[in-house]
Amino acid sequence: MNDTAISARQLTRKFGDKTAVDHVDLDIPAGRIYGFLGPNGSGKSTTLRMLCGMLLPSEGHAEVLGLSIVDDAEAIRRRLGYMPQRFSLWEDLTTDENLRFIADLYGLEGDVAARIAAARATYNLDALRNQRAGTMSGGQKQRLALAAATLHEPELLLLDEPTSAVDPQSRRDFWERLFMLAEDGATILVSTHYMEEAERCHGLAILAEGRLVAEGSPRDLLNAVDADVYEIEGADDSAAPKLLRVLPWVHGVTQLGVRLRVLVDRGAPDAESLMRAELANHGIQAQVARTHASLEDVFVVATRGETRGD
Amino acid sequence: MATEPGRQGRLRASLRRLGAVARKEVRQLARDRVTFGMIVGVPLMQILLFGYAINFDVRHLATVVHDQANSSMSREFIAQLSATQVLRVDYTTDSGAEVDRLMREGRASMAVIIPPDFERRLQSDTRPVAQILVDGSQPSLAGVASGLAAIPLVTRHGAGPYSGGKRMTPRRVEIRTLYNPEKRTAVQIVPALIGVILTMTMVVFTAGAIVRERERGNLELLIATPLGRLELMVGKLLPFVAIGLIQTTIILLVGSALFNVPVVGNVLHLYVAALLFIAATLGLGLFVSTLAKTQFQAFQLAFLTLLPSILLSGFMFPFEGMPVAAQWIAELLPLTHFNVILRGIVLRGADLPELWPQLAKLAVFLVLMLSVAVARFKKRLD
Repeated sequence: MNDTAISARQLTRKFGDKTAVDHVDLDIPAGRIYGFLGPNGSGKSTTLRMLCGMLLPSEGHAEVLGLSIVDDAEAIRRRLGYMPQRFSLWEDLTTDENLRFIADLYGLEGDVAARIAAARATYNLDALRNQRAGTMSGGQKQRLALAAATLHEPELLLLDEPTSAVDPQSRRDFWERLFMLAEDGATILVSTHYMEEAERCHGLAILAEGRLVAEGSPRDLLNAVDADVYEIEGADDSAAPKLLRVLPWVHGVTQLGVRLRVLVDRGAPDAESLMRAELANHGIQAQVARTHASLEDVFVVATRGETRGD
Repeated sequence: MATEPGRQGRLRASLRRLGAVARKEVRQLARDRVTFGMIVGVPLMQILLFGYAINFDVRHLATVVHDQANSSMSREFIAQLSATQVLRVDYTTDSGAEVDRLMREGRASMAVIIPPDFERRLQSDTRPVAQILVDGSQPSLAGVASGLAAIPLVTRHGAGPYSGGKRMTPRRVEIRTLYNPEKRTAVQIVPALIGVILTMTMVVFTAGAIVRERERGNLELLIATPLGRLELMVGKLLPFVAIGLIQTTIILLVGSALFNVPVVGNVLHLYVAALLFIAATLGLGLFVSTLAKTQFQAFQLAFLTLLPSILLSGFMFPFEGMPVAAQWIAELLPLTHFNVILRGIVLRGADLPELWPQLAKLAVFLVLMLSVAVARFKKRLD
């Protein structure tokens, strides 16, 4: 197998006159956890669905595991595990029944019962083996869904916002398992809108309104962020953000509790003192300090062209 | 063919997937108490409703008798009329005014008025021997009772049982044959009900079962698996074929036990025909499921197919009496052809080979529906 699990060129999908995915190029290496970061409606799900052959691209093409998503969709399906955003197993079936059904669909050979038992053990489902999925909590459902998606040991796992309905502890456990799967050689493509999840990915693609606006490892993205970041404390006056936004080299102000996070053009001269002075002019005494960029800042900067003005 | 291991393996894998879908479907059905209850409840309720309540052949009509002759012959005549069970003598009166009153108040639906010269009319007269008044405000009643009223009237043409005879001859019993048992509604209804109930449940269940998976998001997972669309469809349909046969059995048993409508023809032939019809209806359900986005839409579409089936298939109204356009539509409905088959086998004891035109039409319908449904059902979301 080659080193690229997924490669897409100018992948585009339109629904009517709305473009959900807009000429996206992707090269996703095998054996890594690769994240799609973006808000709702940014085209994450549509891209994932095209990659599993569920939706045809309107333009462009993509190869998954070296196979065309248009011509070889059936062959891809056998080697791929997909976990839709919404819990898609059968709520009126138990853990064992759901897993057994999935095992039959993928034609698992050998001791199927043993493989199901192993999956139960890995995903901590033993206590739930005879419980119907409909009665489970979000975290339990998610473990079951992941167990089902990985039961046939796929080379590639596509997870569409897998942690959107689970508590923080379950989310941490879930990511532990993803790393274990990646260690075993699986390629994992996961979409999320949580920054802290995105930070854990080996590689990251930031999507906004269907377009790929930034790509790279989280560290590279942070280093390459085209802005300086300042935190301002003590400016809990509601007028402060408005004052700062007027400054021509400021392009983002986010309120974080009592602090303001300000993105400023990279290398803007005397930004710190100018901001302090501007606030002082209006009677606001605040501390201004330079800080490190976060993925959120990367996201804001990357989507600047898309979202500025709304 | 089977010597090639790859192909055999693929077939085995395919059958395994198909079986898995069928097993899952049965399991879900068994857990869905409402649906499960409907499988048995719908045919039972329908046959009881149609068998008892919706009774085209009106029986035991409340009747007032105004016997002006009051002779042994007139009394015998009344007894004969009662023996048809169409009417039940609830009132006897000496006054015409009383007859009017009872009819007007709706306490009597029918009146039998026997003139004083009843015996003379019976023997020689060309005038009607008696008069039967029917409450025409009840539509279904008028038609049925008019059959009864025709008895004395035919004497006009000299063809009735009461014409010309010197006395009350044994031919009087012919009243009953005019109302021959073949015309009991249950006899017509019970076999036709098999088709109606199957149409009702099969289309709704299949359309619902597939649309439900789409609504609940299961389909998104299913189409990401190696499951083929034909495997999915056949696997989902198989349990409903069994359900259809169970429902057929329920209707036949109840029809025979409660309404005395035994199967005259070969039961095996009946089941073979039912199987073909069930498959055709399931095909229709599949087609509906590819049109509907929600279960609600699926149910509405299913009812859209149900109504013409009930009205035009010859279940309610005779096929021959319908306008030509309606007959064309009826020709397209599988129930129309199945009704012919059912009446043939259940009532007339016909064999399947004699009914081949209908069977062929059902088969064509099945192939057409399945092709369209499978073609429309894409293993994609768009």
